[in-house]
Amino acid sequence: MGSPRFLSPARAGHQLLRSGAVRWASAFAGLSAFLATTAQAADFASGDLPLHVGNASIADAAAHMPLPAWALIAYLISGVLFILALRGLSSPASSRRGNRFGMIGMLIAVVTTLVTHSVATLPEIAIAIAIGGGIGFVIARKIAMTDMPQLVAAFHSLVGLAAVLVGLAAYFNPDAFGILLPDGTINPVSRVEMGLGIAIGAITFSGSVIAFLKLAGKMSGAPIMLPGRHIINLGTLALIVGLTGYFTTDQSIEVIAAITLLSFIIGFLLIIPIGGADMPVVVSMLNSYSGWAAAAMGFTLHNTAMIITGALVGSSGAILSYIMCRAMNRSFISVIAGGFGADDGGSGGAGAAKSDRPWKRGSAEDAAFLLKEAQNVIIIPGYGMAVAQAQHTLREMGDLLKEEGVNVKYAIHPVAGRMPGHMNVLLAEANVPYDEVFELEDINSEFAQADVAFIIGANDVVNPAAKSDKSSPIYGMPVFDVDKAKTIFFIKRSMGGVGYSGVDNDVFYMDQTMMLLGDAKKMVEEIIKSL
Amino acid sequence: MDFINILSIFVMACFVGYYVVWSVTPALHTPLMAVTNAISSVIIVGALIAAAAAGSPVAKWLGLAGVVLASINIFGGFAVTERMLAMYKKKERK
Repeated sequence: MGSPRFLSPARAGHQLLRSGAVRWASAFAGLSAFLATTAQAADFASGDLPLHVGNASIADAAAHMPLPAWALIAYLISGVLFILALRGLSSPASSRRGNRFGMIGMLIAVVTTLVTHSVATLPEIAIAIAIGGGIGFVIARKIAMTDMPQLVAAFHSLVGLAAVLVGLAAYFNPDAFGILLPDGTINPVSRVEMGLGIAIGAITFSGSVIAFLKLAGKMSGAPIMLPGRHIINLGTLALIVGLTGYFTTDQSIEVIAAITLLSFIIGFLLIIPIGGADMPVVVSMLNSYSGWAAAAMGFTLHNTAMIITGALVGSSGAILSYIMCRAMNRSFISVIAGGFGADDGGSGGAGAAKSDRPWKRGSAEDAAFLLKEAQNVIIIPGYGMAVAQAQHTLREMGDLLKEEGVNVKYAIHPVAGRMPGHMNVLLAEANVPYDEVFELEDINSEFAQADVAFIIGANDVVNPAAKSDKSSPIYGMPVFDVDKAKTIFFIKRSMGGVGYSGVDNDVFYMDQTMMLLGDAKKMVEEIIKSL
Repeated sequence: MDFINILSIFVMACFVGYYVVWSVTPALHTPLMAVTNAISSVIIVGALIAAAAAGSPVAKWLGLAGVVLASINIFGGFAVTERMLAMYKKKERK
């Protein structure tokens, strides 16, 4: 992998200063510093620590957390900056500016928190941030793009665990969080929020750890099915909800400990029956959970930035899960219920039938010749290409064809790769310009005009059975109309294997199809040689 | 702020999230997940409050551990998003 492209802190700061947005932000920082000084002076004068709750009662929740007004506005601004961070992702051109907004939002939230609270432990906090930040930076710099899904899963687990820790900390020091009632008990509403935050956080943590292990190949992707798991899972969930309710009447440590422990267990139980192929949905779903956990903690803290962020992240993960499910034509419930790919009974018959049908084998020279003569070529990469690390070679081939005057486009199915948008990142890393890469709906009508459809490492996403064969397990899944192209090249390791769905693919046997059997990277290298 | 105010902000933010996320181009869904990861670590605010407060050593250490975890996510999440976004390039027009 080339030199790391993310910014060093110094360069980032420099670039930040050049952008207009940041001039605005630094003006804000100056303003908040001024307000902070005045606010703190006022606090000291009144002899009142900012977070100490005087006579709060549930009815008088307005006195919940007497943060100075500027701090409330600062948290709101940081929430708005997070919205802008996501908004920036509507196009690659504005995305990096969006990411900076996110960084500024986080900085504002952290600084506001530190300034408005009497910090007894500044050195410890600085060390904690330095340790965490250092680890984060090194990981972000070293991670291979193919490993993004497991990195994201690992990051989700950290958010989940952090939510659990914050929830427990709030339990042990409710005074610091402003949720202590005058009679020395924790506000019951806060107890529910705390219980929910801990439960969702713990589920996110243990679920993400399993997802990480499955994605990283450290654990078999095969679903692990416990007998009676639906009853066990539903029972455990009901128990957690019940305990959270009971927590409002009894705030003893056993209750919160039981909620925490059961939630860790249920997170684990919920993810182990889900097969490796459904992991894109799971990762998105856990993304959503980590957001809801942050939102629940935001409710406990009455913190606008956390609530806005939690809602954003929660919706984002939910939408991505929905998109992934739709792209696989699977219902969310069936993914959660798990077990896809567990029984291969149905596909056995189809597997036996396929060897009887004739198919054509092409060579790299044939492919090179036809590609060079073509006007329009559409390349369909799948996860197999990433496994073979063929993306750079593929881009070289694309470049050579473009020099020959061929119009080259890349078509990406929503479930190509192991997480939403994964294939786009892999192609971007290989320097494929993003305006040559198209989504399914945008390019599907162009196959009729395409001279060559070049399928590399994909299978199910081009299977016409999804359109015609009602008995097929992938029926209804949106697929590329490759059968309309004049010629199809299908790079595949061997004729034996099928896609993860275990379904045979009619495209193999079509008249215009040439199978290029072999390792994807070597095959593309040979084509390049012949060009 | 009372509970209803907070709830209103939350519900509105869910709607904002819904529309903003649908406007994200599918090509950037992986960076979207990385950046949402980073921003959900705003939970560091809670960890900082716990770590900063005097009174309960248990809460302090839980808070400090939370600060470490959230910092990994914040720095790691934003840095890896930046690294990915830097790779997205337009075609060079000749």
